[in-house]
Amino acid sequence: MATPSLLLLLADGRFPAGAHAHSGGLEAAVAAGRVTDLATLEAFLAGRLATAGLVGAAFAAAAHRAAVPETVGRADALARLDAELDARTAAPALRAVSRRQGRALLRAGRAIWPDAAFADLPATPTGAHQPLVLGLLCAAAGLSRLETATIAAYGTLTGAASAGVRLLGLDPYRVQALLVGLADACDGTAADAARAADDPPERLPAAAAPLADIHAEIHATWEVRLFAS
Amino acid sequence: MRAFARLVARADGRGGTALVELRGETPLLLRQTPADGGVATVHIVGGAAGPLAGDDLRLEIEVGPGAAVRVRSVAASIALPGRPGAVSRVAVRAVVHAGATLHWLPEQLVAAAGCAHLAESRIDLAAGASLRWRDELICGRYGEVPGGAVVHTQVDYAGRPLLRQSLAVGPQAPGWAGPAVLGGAPATGSLLVVDPSRPTAPPTAEGSVARLPLAGGPATLWTATAPDAHTLRAHLTV
Repeated sequence: MATPSLLLLLADGRFPAGAHAHSGGLEAAVAAGRVTDLATLEAFLAGRLATAGLVGAAFAAAAHRAAVPETVGRADALARLDAELDARTAAPALRAVSRRQGRALLRAGRAIWPDAAFADLPATPTGAHQPLVLGLLCAAAGLSRLETATIAAYGTLTGAASAGVRLLGLDPYRVQALLVGLADACDGTAADAARAADDPPERLPAAAAPLADIHAEIHATWEVRLFAS
Repeated sequence: MRAFARLVARADGRGGTALVELRGETPLLLRQTPADGGVATVHIVGGAAGPLAGDDLRLEIEVGPGAAVRVRSVAASIALPGRPGAVSRVAVRAVVHAGATLHWLPEQLVAAAGCAHLAESRIDLAAGASLRWRDELICGRYGEVPGGAVVHTQVDYAGRPLLRQSLAVGPQAPGWAGPAVLGGAPATGSLLVVDPSRPTAPPTAEGSVARLPLAGGPATLWTATAPDAHTLRAHLTV
């Protein structure tokens, strides 16, 4: 059984997987003048949670589902999830970011849980998508599918929220209050994602956000930026 | 209302395309219009008044090897409220065989106030098939807050997932009008171009339009938001 401490440890932004280097698209949204204050940050976070948050959490939950039993065909299941997540990530910049974050998380995971099923991840040259690695890592830590989805959904909120404090000079207390206000939505998203993991891969959530794609490609062309994404 | 329509096209062996099946039911009627350079052209007519919540409209398209079909509509479709609690649904299922081409270029879908609409498209492309698929969504009639609408697109190429996207707007879609999703733009859409004969161009983005080469096949997605339908169409005409 997992302990609550393992859940907290994996959800912690200080877990050494480089999450602090990413703003979840917020840096580009700020530069475009679309996020300027607490109210627009809140709308950004709500939209991100319902789109990238839901999709990432569902794929983490689905990878966890593939990892838990000693099933034959786990590698096939993960390869299928990898291709399905590619098809949900239209922007090449976002595919690259997800795989880069997957590599960083995998380095930590291999060092901490050397017996986890990471060898079954697809051997894509640029790494596996972050939610797939997260699902395997959480399974190795003994977390439940719902806990896995919660960590994924929560991560899409906290990274962008703390980037908001740095990019806009917002009051950190008020940003935390905003996250408290989104906690129910985060839990609801995680529950939806965990349930969706029972569906066949092509039916997993595919919530799209046109501006996330557009912002990501604009951001990728900048020569100077504070965050990697 | 429930309606079913079906379009089957085959290469006629003389460089053109024959429509071997073309049938529909009110309010989903198909009319063949003059061909354009060997491409059979079909207009969807009668879509202007609705769909209303409760309607269930299904369209099947099959384009045989070497055939080419262009589908348009005569007017925007306006998703409107109907029976309380009911959802309107328009499901399009297209199969495009090797060497065949499908252009799906209908007018906009307008999500009116109070609507509850689901547009579901599922497209299976064989290896070597070509596609041009445009979806345009207008969130509310002029100055109006839209009801709920979901535009779901699922495309496979050569048995591999190529594109899955589900855009949700309206009161049930948290943050949809916010800066992570549409940024207050009332018009949004995408154009998917699958062309196995040409290499895909690298990504670009400017303002509120991006060109995105996809991972799962020889395909590019243009995605855009816009202040109005006219600007959106200009962004999605390439």
